Amino acid sequence: METANIVENVAFNLLKQAVIYLPEDVKQALRKAYAEETGEAGKTQLKAVLDNVELAEKYQAPICQDTGTIVFYVKAGAVSKNLDKIEEALTKATRKATVEVPLRPNSVNPFTQKNSGDNTGRLIPYVNWEIVPGDSIEITVMPKGGGSENTCVMGMLVPGEGIEGLKKFVVDAVMRAGAKPCPPNILGIGIGGGADISIKLAKKALLRPLNEPNPDPEIAELEKEIFEAVNMTGIGPMGLGGKTTVLGVHVDYAYRHPASYPAAVAFQCWAARRATARINSDGKVEYLTHKMW
Amino acid sequence: MTVYKLKTPISEEEIRKLKVNDVLYITGIMVTARDQAHRRALEYFKQGKPLPISLEGLAVFHCGPLMKREGEKWISVAAGPTTSTRMDVFEDEFIKNFKVRVIIGKGGMGRKTTGAMARYGAVYGAFTGGAAVLAAKAVRSVRTVEWLDLGMAEAMWILEVEEFGPLAIAIDSHGNNLFMEVQKKAEKNRQRIYQKLGLSP
Ligand code: SF4
Repeated sequence: METANIVENVAFNLLKQAVIYLPEDVKQALRKAYAEETGEAGKTQLKAVLDNVELAEKYQAPICQDTGTIVFYVKAGAVSKNLDKIEEALTKATRKATVEVPLRPNSVNPFTQKNSGDNTGRLIPYVNWEIVPGDSIEITVMPKGGGSENTCVMGMLVPGEGIEGLKKFVVDAVMRAGAKPCPPNILGIGIGGGADISIKLAKKALLRPLNEPNPDPEIAELEKEIFEAVNMTGIGPMGLGGKTTVLGVHVDYAYRHPASYPAAVAFQCWAARRATARINSDGKVEYLTHKMW
Repeated sequence: MTVYKLKTPISEEEIRKLKVNDVLYITGIMVTARDQAHRRALEYFKQGKPLPISLEGLAVFHCGPLMKREGEKWISVAAGPTTSTRMDVFEDEFIKNFKVRVIIGKGGMGRKTTGAMARYGAVYGAFTGGAAVLAAKAVRSVRTVEWLDLGMAEAMWILEVEEFGPLAIAIDSHGNNLFMEVQKKAEKNRQRIYQKLGLSP
């Protein structure tokens, strides 16, 4: 098979996997949250979440009706061929998945407010490219829900306040978000680089599995500190009160300009959907997040 | 916490029994309405035009469902709640004019809606955000769809539901609002959190 066809097939499978099956690390975190929740309302909500996850698998239906804006992350091996065909293949896969999975049509022209009906449109599905050594292609899809996207924030903080300013920024963002992003959430925090870079890093940090703290022990410590702090808000599952407001906190950073401290918080809802596969140069496909596929 | 199972049409008397933190399951007729359907319904009311269905005693669901057509029939694939705050601007008029008894959504609603619920006798039931399959499975059938010109998500879907829930009663008809209480508590915790993080307030 040609690269374009393989990519289209794989992307379709990834979309289907992602919207129906939550990754194992997310399921585990939700089960743990349920076991540890003491708030009555929060517990009821987490039970409904877990029941829903099970039903979605049983009936092969999307976990949430908002199947999101379709965002891809592609790690392209520098010497792999036909890279120019990939975006088109991803678009085709998105169209097909919209009809066959199905996905809710979520792509709207911002001027005419017209919905394209097939989850595509100018720059959508959005593709984030990264060139890596080698000849394989790794594709990740993140169908990103609107409710949790609406609470994402980016700010140019005061450099003099340093990391303290950042912590305050994150706590305030979670408090402001309240029930809106369907807590329990995962927080992606991006620091430095520039306005655009910080939010990109924040969103990409959401792809890191929940059981993998930052490899840098100091940043891992910061992640833990923020995790514990925001869970003290008591906002809880669905904002109805409880212990678990976030399931995890992932930080990433770039160096900053001396005069700026860009910081961003990306919210992911409990329906933290993502799926990854690698296509090797011989056409062999490995599904990395959904192994039973 | 008391668990209630109610059938539509629901009377004002029945609804006034519910208190925040109770859990409700609904059987009967439920109608979806988001921003556009709320707007149109209120316009109809102003013009004295009847709605496609009388909403008295029914439940209104803030939901843009994912539906699939199979022959002549519509099947609900996923039907979780959408964020209710967007409907805050319409809901007091909506409750007053149409006498709906239950508003279902996620994220809660504000002071104005809470006031209308106390005045006219209605509750807000929070359905777990994202739990779309759980919701869809409680939909026994899609009776009809109205105003499909607004698009699949914004149309008014008239659903027959069976034990639709769990709905966490987050606003009751006595002026209590659980979301606002949780936010208030969170606000109180803010100083403690700042302290833990070594921040000056
Ligand atoms: S925020 Fe997430 S879980 Fe909630 S409705 Fe949107 S996509 Fe679904």
